[in-house]
Amino acid sequence: MQTVKMVVTGPFNAGKTSFIGAVSEIPVVRTERKISDDTRAVKDSTTVAMDFGRITVDQDLVLYLFGTPGQKRFDFMWEILSEGMLGFVVLVDSARPETFREARSILDTFRGYSNTPFIVAANKQDDEDAWPPDDLRIAMSLDENVRVLPCVSGDKNSVKSILVQLLEVILEYLPEESAAKSIK
Amino acid sequence: MALKGNLRDVGLNQLLNLIHLARKTGALSVQNDNGGGNARLYFREGKLIYAALDGQETRLTDMMVKIGKLNPDQVAAIRQRAQVDTDKALGLAMIQTGILTQADIVQGVKNYLLETVYQLLTWAGGVFIFEPNHAPAEERITVPINLDHLIIEGGRRVREFEKLREELPDLDVPLKFTERQDANLRNINLSVDQWKIISFINSRNTIRQIASYLKVDEFQIRRIVNGLQQAGLVELGTTPRVPVPVTVGTAYPSPSAPNVGRGVLLRVMDRLRGL
Repeated sequence: MQTVKMVVTGPFNAGKTSFIGAVSEIPVVRTERKISDDTRAVKDSTTVAMDFGRITVDQDLVLYLFGTPGQKRFDFMWEILSEGMLGFVVLVDSARPETFREARSILDTFRGYSNTPFIVAANKQDDEDAWPPDDLRIAMSLDENVRVLPCVSGDKNSVKSILVQLLEVILEYLPEESAAKSIK
Repeated sequence: MALKGNLRDVGLNQLLNLIHLARKTGALSVQNDNGGGNARLYFREGKLIYAALDGQETRLTDMMVKIGKLNPDQVAAIRQRAQVDTDKALGLAMIQTGILTQADIVQGVKNYLLETVYQLLTWAGGVFIFEPNHAPAEERITVPINLDHLIIEGGRRVREFEKLREELPDLDVPLKFTERQDANLRNINLSVDQWKIISFINSRNTIRQIASYLKVDEFQIRRIVNGLQQAGLVELGTTPRVPVPVTVGTAYPSPSAPNVGRGVLLRVMDRLRGL
């Protein structure tokens, strides 16, 4: 049985848990704790270790989705979770510009861990205060070649679309040698 | 969809860059966090066209007075001559009386708009909202200003402001004349602004109070006080300093690129599409 893995990261309360929950075939395995600091104003519990979702591709292949803890004090987990990933999604709460800088910082950190492809998902596009993806790109100082996509993490089709597009980006970056090997 | 946020998170220069690149049309309203007023900047297709401070859409005559192109007597004469009290009529009266040329007016409005934006760049925090397709009142004179130069100059000013803020982090301290025996106080030429500050130096007035009284913004007061310090003329009252924590960079581990074939990725993609 071969397993492949993608990581969903982003700031606290960006919607990572619901993103994975939207497509996982198993109830997302969550490790949540009651929040004891001032972030309680945003939500009552948060992911301290990771979210874990699974999609069975076929008899021989399984895709795992890992969600990173959003709070900075758990960033020691990020590197462990990023090991061996195919690529990653940076989920950003488009309606909370105060988190854009942190999202950019998380993106840079993950780029430092591994040179794997990624996309940025502008989440909560159903919120009337959400910044459009193009504006988010400029606010986060992202290059034009970075895909910044609209997302609603509770919506299965939206999440599917993000993951498919991440795979497209991964395919673009796949070395020719690897492509040739798979054809053989 | 209105863009909302706080300048603490998305700086004004960043916002201007966004408006410039996305060629946006509309109004950007900012409310200073520290009760330092509010501002409204108007843009058309990514260019700054008008600015209003503290809820007032500044009249053309006020702009010209503020940048020193007109004095109050001239304003009174122009107002008397203008048939209608609109900016366009006032501008026409200025040209007809020969007080200012059209080029003077355009340049004057431009300078006023630039100074307004530069002033906003010193705001450390403020709630903002960008409302698409909002325009200034019809009768206002608008001058389109390309934002790319403004952003570069804005960036330079922000860096200068940050440097000044590092050198003078606390405005809640009084100034005092230097007590150094070796201070060379001969042949010092002071500007009008520096003289104004000098006249308020005593142990009771903090720098912030002096700035407030003289209606000088934080950038200006820091620059003036810094000039006086450089000249060796004044010193700061002593305040306890909190040490700034130093962060140490960490080396990134070596990349761990995925080792899968195209076929595997295509299978995953098909499965996701079929979910």
